[in-house]
Amino acid sequence: MKALALHLALIAVLFALQFVLPPYHHTNIVRVMVLAVFAMGYNIAFGYTGLLSLGHALFFGAGMYTAGLLATGEGTALLALPAGVLAGGAAAFAVGLLALRTAGVSFMIVTLMFAQAGYLTVLYFGAFTGGDEGFVIPNAARALGPFDLSTDTPRYFAGLALFAVALLANLALVRSPIGRVMVAMRENEERSRMLGYNPFTVKLFALSVSGLYAGAAGAAYALMFGYVGASFAAIQYSILPLLWVLLGGAGTVLGPFVGALLMFYLIDLSSSVTTAHQMVVGVALLALVLFAPKGVLGALRDRGLKWLP
Amino acid sequence: MASVILFARALTRHFGGLKAVDGMDFDLAQGEIHALIGPNGAGKTTFVSLLSGRVPVQSGSITFNGLDITDLPAHARVARGIAYTFQITAIYARLPVYDNVALAVQRTGSTALRADTMAALARVGLQDRAAQEAGTLAYGHQRLLEIAMGLALKPRLLILDEPTQGLANSEIDGFKALVRSVVPETTVLLIEHNMDVVMDLAQRITVLNFGKLLAQGTPAEIRANAAVQAAYLGG
Repeated sequence: MKALALHLALIAVLFALQFVLPPYHHTNIVRVMVLAVFAMGYNIAFGYTGLLSLGHALFFGAGMYTAGLLATGEGTALLALPAGVLAGGAAAFAVGLLALRTAGVSFMIVTLMFAQAGYLTVLYFGAFTGGDEGFVIPNAARALGPFDLSTDTPRYFAGLALFAVALLANLALVRSPIGRVMVAMRENEERSRMLGYNPFTVKLFALSVSGLYAGAAGAAYALMFGYVGASFAAIQYSILPLLWVLLGGAGTVLGPFVGALLMFYLIDLSSSVTTAHQMVVGVALLALVLFAPKGVLGALRDRGLKWLP
Repeated sequence: MASVILFARALTRHFGGLKAVDGMDFDLAQGEIHALIGPNGAGKTTFVSLLSGRVPVQSGSITFNGLDITDLPAHARVARGIAYTFQITAIYARLPVYDNVALAVQRTGSTALRADTMAALARVGLQDRAAQEAGTLAYGHQRLLEIAMGLALKPRLLILDEPTQGLANSEIDGFKALVRSVVPETTVLLIEHNMDVVMDLAQRITVLNFGKLLAQGTPAEIRANAAVQAAYLGG
């Protein structure tokens, strides 16, 4: 109950913020909400199921390019968005079928390879994807029914709606029996097998859900900000969700949002005072590893908030 | 004799030159308590690992409940009613006691997860510790939790690998009562070093030595068997 109230309260705060934020931060928060959905998906695989993937840029990119290409072509945003979600899920399912035969470091390498192959594919088919430069989605193609995502207020609400659905679904998932099995896989795979759970199936499920989230975030990002580019499919976008999740707290539902928000503003604020903002981020991450290895919310959970899901 | 629930024929598993299990024939009667004994390194754990599917069969066959399970993976065998509890306690130390057992209960398709889980915990007397982190339980309680997880699967066959290891004498009495309470619905196969427990609990005993069957019989027969005495009891 307490947990549900907390998550609903966050959604309410984000709803209220829309009316008070100056335009610059208004856009930033939308960005953070969408990226937090990406991070939530990453957390389902990494934080809850123990799958350390370095290939999530592929799933994010799959959602982004599917939505972007469809919206720019014949389709509408109404079709492009769900298609992007499914593309992310399908990519994760396909990668999982092969990569989940491995575990640990091998799994990291195999997922990384798949993601790099995806990135190079985007560059190779430059005629369709715009290669390095990417392409801009025309404003006319960015209308989600009556809501024009190229304007501020509809974009904010679309971002909030996506975030709210993703957050509550995430909460429901991790508190469900299947969520318990995912955690069991993370904690002790052999034991879980001897309780009758097929590790491969459970992990494939978790990775696919994770891919759906990443695809949703990629598709939404494309439609909301109107640009699709190869840099979103590059390795950086596999590492970022990992960092957000670690910063906010792996295996916590709110951690991905907290991590994405902190990291975004850390970079934003530090780059306004110094050109060495990368160093500021590095110092912050070192401090994290040294003083709160379980992330912000993981540390809070250890210090008394045991009910935090 | 009652109907046979499991039989293995010419079961073999070698690790390099080591013949851990070497052509074992083995029958389990429905509803019996059967103990597996033998010197260290006799192949007991490997043998039950073959039955539970943790170790793949090299050659031979296993039939359980009328079905050939030789090629089934471990998790599929659990689904068919073979539960295995680990020799080295393998609970989820960082999860609450409740979740440990709930994981087993929900696998059976329970529709009243909370009630069934609490009932499974009550069976081993851990119902008051449901919210506690499993890793902080006393060792004896961790062993009981391990057994509770196995029982919560409602198995046809429960394989216990040295269940009384590390238990106090008072806890062993409770354990024996627990095992007696699950037969004959569940057949029990246990590896056990504590001879008092074996002689008291088991209806039949199989003695393994060097991966082969050395002797099989009632506790009285095993006690009187000269070969067993030479290999094990008298050793």
